[in-house]
Amino acid sequence: MLKLHELYKSYNGQPLLNGISFTVAVGETVCLLGASGSGKSTLLRMIAGLETPEQGQVLWDGEDLASVPVHQRGFGLVFQDYALFPHLNVTENVAFGLKMQNLTVDEIFLRVANILEMVNLSGFGDRRVTELSGGEQQRVALARALAPSPRLMMFDEPLGALDRSLRDQLMDELRHILHKSSVPAIYVTHDQEEAFTLADRVLLLHEGGIVRSGTPEQVWSDPGSVWAAQFLDAGNVVAGIVRLNKNPFQVETSAGLFELNCEVVPVSAHHPESLPGRDVHVHSVGEQINLLVSRRGVQQSAGGKVSGVVVDVVFRQDGFKVTLDNGLDFYLPKAPLLGEKIYLSIPAAGVKILQ
Amino acid sequence: MSVLHESVHAEGTTKFRVFVPPWLKSVLPWLGVSVFLGLFFFYPLTRILWLGLNPAAFKTLDLGSLRLAFHSLLFTFYQAALSAILTLALGLPAAFVFARYTFRGKFLLRALTAIPFMLPTVVVAAGFNALLGPRGWVNLGLMELLHLHAAPISIVGTLGVILLAHVFYNTTIVIRLVGNALSQLDPRLEQAARTLGAQPFRVLSRVTLPLLRPSILAASVLVFIFDFTSFGVILLLGGPGFSTLEVEIYKQATQMFNLPLAGLLSLIQLICTLAFSILYSRIVRRNSVTSASRSAGANLQPANSFRQKLFLEGMILLLMALFILPLVSLPLRSLTRLEADLGQRGQVRYGITGDYYTELFINRSDSIFYVPPFQAIGNSLGYAALTVILSLILGFPVASALVRPRRIERLLDPFLMLPLGASAVTLGLGFIVTFNRPPLALVTSPLLVPLAHTLIALPFVIRSLQPALASIPDRLRQAAASLGASPRRVWFTVDWPMVARATLSAAVFAFTISLGEFGASSLVVRPEYPTLPIAIARFLSQPGGMNYGQAMAMATILMIICGAGILLIDKLRLPGAGEF
Repeated sequence: MLKLHELYKSYNGQPLLNGISFTVAVGETVCLLGASGSGKSTLLRMIAGLETPEQGQVLWDGEDLASVPVHQRGFGLVFQDYALFPHLNVTENVAFGLKMQNLTVDEIFLRVANILEMVNLSGFGDRRVTELSGGEQQRVALARALAPSPRLMMFDEPLGALDRSLRDQLMDELRHILHKSSVPAIYVTHDQEEAFTLADRVLLLHEGGIVRSGTPEQVWSDPGSVWAAQFLDAGNVVAGIVRLNKNPFQVETSAGLFELNCEVVPVSAHHPESLPGRDVHVHSVGEQINLLVSRRGVQQSAGGKVSGVVVDVVFRQDGFKVTLDNGLDFYLPKAPLLGEKIYLSIPAAGVKILQ
Repeated sequence: MSVLHESVHAEGTTKFRVFVPPWLKSVLPWLGVSVFLGLFFFYPLTRILWLGLNPAAFKTLDLGSLRLAFHSLLFTFYQAALSAILTLALGLPAAFVFARYTFRGKFLLRALTAIPFMLPTVVVAAGFNALLGPRGWVNLGLMELLHLHAAPISIVGTLGVILLAHVFYNTTIVIRLVGNALSQLDPRLEQAARTLGAQPFRVLSRVTLPLLRPSILAASVLVFIFDFTSFGVILLLGGPGFSTLEVEIYKQATQMFNLPLAGLLSLIQLICTLAFSILYSRIVRRNSVTSASRSAGANLQPANSFRQKLFLEGMILLLMALFILPLVSLPLRSLTRLEADLGQRGQVRYGITGDYYTELFINRSDSIFYVPPFQAIGNSLGYAALTVILSLILGFPVASALVRPRRIERLLDPFLMLPLGASAVTLGLGFIVTFNRPPLALVTSPLLVPLAHTLIALPFVIRSLQPALASIPDRLRQAAASLGASPRRVWFTVDWPMVARATLSAAVFAFTISLGEFGASSLVVRPEYPTLPIAIARFLSQPGGMNYGQAMAMATILMIICGAGILLIDKLRLPGAGEF
């Protein structure tokens, strides 16, 4: 089991990673999701041993890896743009790690053949890696990292350079392979779709720290912070002032009055942000509005306390995306008219307060 | 707008067409160069071939001469291979230092390692002599320190100093070629190998070195070619005991007067350099196909661990010692009286003196020249000026024509570079066996020297003018023409301001090459019109403290002039290259 304990790293004098701690359990796939420059690749490189943390430890089954050099860690790493050896062919690339383990020629042959079959590259063994397409190179990189049976797999934005349809296909293959092999994996990306597809657990990295961690579903429905909600583009974030902190909890915003269930709002003296008069941000997940609004369209009939004038209606696969003049957007099965003032009722369970 | 453009353009070309038919127009730029190369390169070359191959000459070659030829060929290979191996041994770690580490003074150290490559061989020979020779700093210092009566270190006149000078000369090639390849190497390839379980040594042997192989090969062959054709270093530092092909050609031609043997040796030399040059261009061509480089600069970092620091500091010290000491020893030695008096060896008199410089202006009856030595400076400057004028006049039209290569350019371009392949001594030999009779009895004329120098400088002049001329976008000329400029005004208002820099750089290049040229000069220079390098070589070969001192003084002057030239070229080149 991999355990990171309070890792620190700075870049050009600025703190880049500011006390990162998390664990990866056996068979678990953890996705580190963050904007570019957030230090997620650096974190991977520290785990691999390619960079040294300024403080903190990388532990494997309780053993501190600080003095273990890269080549003895047994962590596979799939690089961004793959970093395949241009002077070796596909077989030689995949066999590289096996040769380092001084296996016999027969063992290497067998293992390479198996791995190439697993990544759908049987028959590619003699090809030069420089002649392969992006997707094929990606598969070779995966095969090369998997071949020596690493005790941990790491992926550094491995699908970033590929076009969308190929990426979707490889994402599914990767998910399948990771599940089958039960090797723990850390997957770094800035793409939430990749993260939500592959991850058992998603970690959001922001300003040097992990700001949210949970299953994809948990993170999506409750990002936990204004930044996270905006980064994930999950629902709406509206600034407002607390009016009432009894059940139902009420927040006054420019878009109207939001009501919240008290179970999801921490109401106590320990949470000063929930006292009346405080500035807070409320968060609602767009799709949930959809379920409550009558199918005939949203008019004043809904009797809700949130209102706005329709300024934009865009057709999407899963309904019409409606934007109001106060910035709120949500999906409706039918398109309202532009310029129409509509009232919404938003279920208290779909609204949360963000830090 | 377009009508105006057409009319201006048409006017310009029709005017031209009145005088010159188009076929002649395309030949015209090549006229001067073709006549020049034909007369002063290919014609002498055929004379040498005839000299070495004609049946009559073959009969005069006895077994002894053939054995001599074989031995000098063998020694040429032997010393070149040994020099190349040593150059790699220093150059590869140095390339790692420059490609992988950041450290203070890196830029200066890099520039320092590049200086020797452009320095005249006589200056290098004088520099090593001033450091390690029997009258050099090290020996005199040791004698003073240990109260010895004779120089304890006799490295000058051995193979050791030849190898050392070759390493001094050519390490920069390895640093440039391999260092560039190394810094362009994707650092993640090595990292990938490490995550796959490769220990540092296996990363080096399985990934880094295989990827660097083309650049290491190219550098090795290039260094080998330079060591193979080395002349001045071996003649001046090696002494009488060592004869490469080049030195043997010189000896046979000027001391033994065995021209058939000299011709045969030249032939062997030509075949060898041609073969190596073909090998080199093959390696380079293959290399350029497979190079997949990215993320330059990502490899750079300061030395972190103790071992890295030790390696880095050690290499910096070694490089500084090798590249600074000979260059500093020379001017210091030229200003210092530092010698044991005859009769009482061991007692070293020393002090600062300007005697060696003042002596240059005195024409002594027992001197080895008929003129005061300082006149050599004047001769050299005159020859250099003539070389600049000649090579620019010949090179400019060709460089302009090469910008838009047509059939004739593609056909003739390779011939321009051929003089580079022939060694300087061979060129000189060609001159003295060709121009010793009418109608071109030039052998007694001092004109032969700038002609030979032009032959050597011309390829460099063309190659430095061509990119500058090519860098001017045609649109600018068209814009000027559409604004009403005649072709001549276009050239003066658009082309010239942009190529002026490159022209000056090419001129300085030719000037420096001529000033330092030794191989061809040693055969064609008349004793009454010595050049600086020839005078230095003579002084070095003579006994006596005063001769030695004067050699140091003149070599210092030459070094300063050439150093200034190198600096100027560098200043002119850096901004100019990227600007257009």
